[in-house]
Amino acid sequence: MNVLDVDYMVGLVPVLIRYLPLTLAMAVAGMALALVLACGLAVIRVLRIPGLNGATLLFISFFRGTPLLVQLFLFYYGLPQVLAFLTQINGVTATIMGLTLHFSAYMAESIRAAIVGVDRSQTEAALSIGMTNGQLMRRIVLPQATRVAVPTLMNYFIDMIKATSLAFTLGVTELMGATQKEAAGSFLYFEAFITVAIIYWLIVEGLAWFQRRLETRLNEAYRR
Amino acid sequence: MIKIEKLVKRFNGAPVLDGIDLEIEQGEIIVVIGPSGTGKSTLLRCLNFLERPDAGHLTLGDLDVDVTRATRADILEARRRTAFVFQNYALFANKTALENIAEGLIVVNRWPKVKAHARAREILERIGLADKADAYPASLSGGQQQRVGIGRAMAAQAEIILFDEPTSSLDPEWVEEVLGLMKQLASERQTMLVVTHEMGFAQDVADRVVFMDSGHIVEQGPPARLFREPRDPRTRDFLRKVLANQVDPLAT
Repeated sequence: MNVLDVDYMVGLVPVLIRYLPLTLAMAVAGMALALVLACGLAVIRVLRIPGLNGATLLFISFFRGTPLLVQLFLFYYGLPQVLAFLTQINGVTATIMGLTLHFSAYMAESIRAAIVGVDRSQTEAALSIGMTNGQLMRRIVLPQATRVAVPTLMNYFIDMIKATSLAFTLGVTELMGATQKEAAGSFLYFEAFITVAIIYWLIVEGLAWFQRRLETRLNEAYRR
Repeated sequence: MIKIEKLVKRFNGAPVLDGIDLEIEQGEIIVVIGPSGTGKSTLLRCLNFLERPDAGHLTLGDLDVDVTRATRADILEARRRTAFVFQNYALFANKTALENIAEGLIVVNRWPKVKAHARAREILERIGLADKADAYPASLSGGQQQRVGIGRAMAAQAEIILFDEPTSSLDPEWVEEVLGLMKQLASERQTMLVVTHEMGFAQDVADRVVFMDSGHIVEQGPPARLFREPRDPRTRDFLRKVLANQVDPLAT
């Protein structure tokens, strides 16, 4: 067995980095959309809005209960067969769609728990001075729920960055897809995949550093 | 003026308030006493619709509302006319002392932030916490938190401030400073309805003491009369039990 071909690995980094923007773009777009959707689902669950509540439960149950890969194949290969307007769907769009729906199902539940966790007496205090439900949510409940939800939401974001690698199965050349192509050309599979693993790892570590700083800031009001 | 007529509130069918009638003049300080679970807090909570009353009529200044037909707008109006001080302070944990007091002015009364903060600073001055403007509730003592809670109620400029056992959650060392602030408000003739077990406060400050039992007002009168010559046996019984536990350290 040969020793590790370090020169190949170092040379591979700039090649792979070119695909990093696409990986990050899919993750950021998926996260942004998932956050909006999850907030909506969480509020429906908290307020138990009739009709929508049942639909939300079904949505969460399905997207949590089936593998992300199955969902991606369903959107990319399956849906265009039944919905004609989706024939143009490309791999990137299908990936963002899948990530959004899949992760919003998880995130809705942690956002709901964070909202419910805000001290009920503060809700009463806000109502007692004449705030509307919307003002109460925006100014008192959601800012406090954010602090509670951030650690778990960051976890999902980390998971989502890694899950973008599944886009490669839909023919998208992102970080993972590019690595696969390079490895197939050089036959240095171990070096190639170790390199991409380290790239993913560093991204996640950078994010974790950012998360610690964010949490310190969010906790400022609660230090004794 | 505040007028409560035939107010009824039931929890799971059982009446907690069973036809309450009470009139409060502007500038009047009323203390409500009575055994636990007799609806004292529920009465306060019904006045600003934290609980929805089941029947009755409320007059709060120029607002006149049949509680069964109260619209969302009526409820918001009723809340703007009644400020609430909670037993557990219920300060907004994500806001500083100053912001807690200014919040209602900014959000509900739509004041510009600068003006609301200026008013909040005046109030902090009056409640003796000018140096704590930027402190968050978690870093304040119980007594300081409750004074901010009272400051938040003062900012609302409501017809009446409702105090729901404002000193019951406090460590004994903080009780005096909160009662002191309430006495200061009373001397400024702020209309107040206070549910409390502090009989000394009732004796010294109240214009009228109301004794409630099982959802009814049993009797009411000036504190000197009610404490010295309670007319109803239930009042006598309650006062005997409560006063037996309150030792007056200055009594000889």
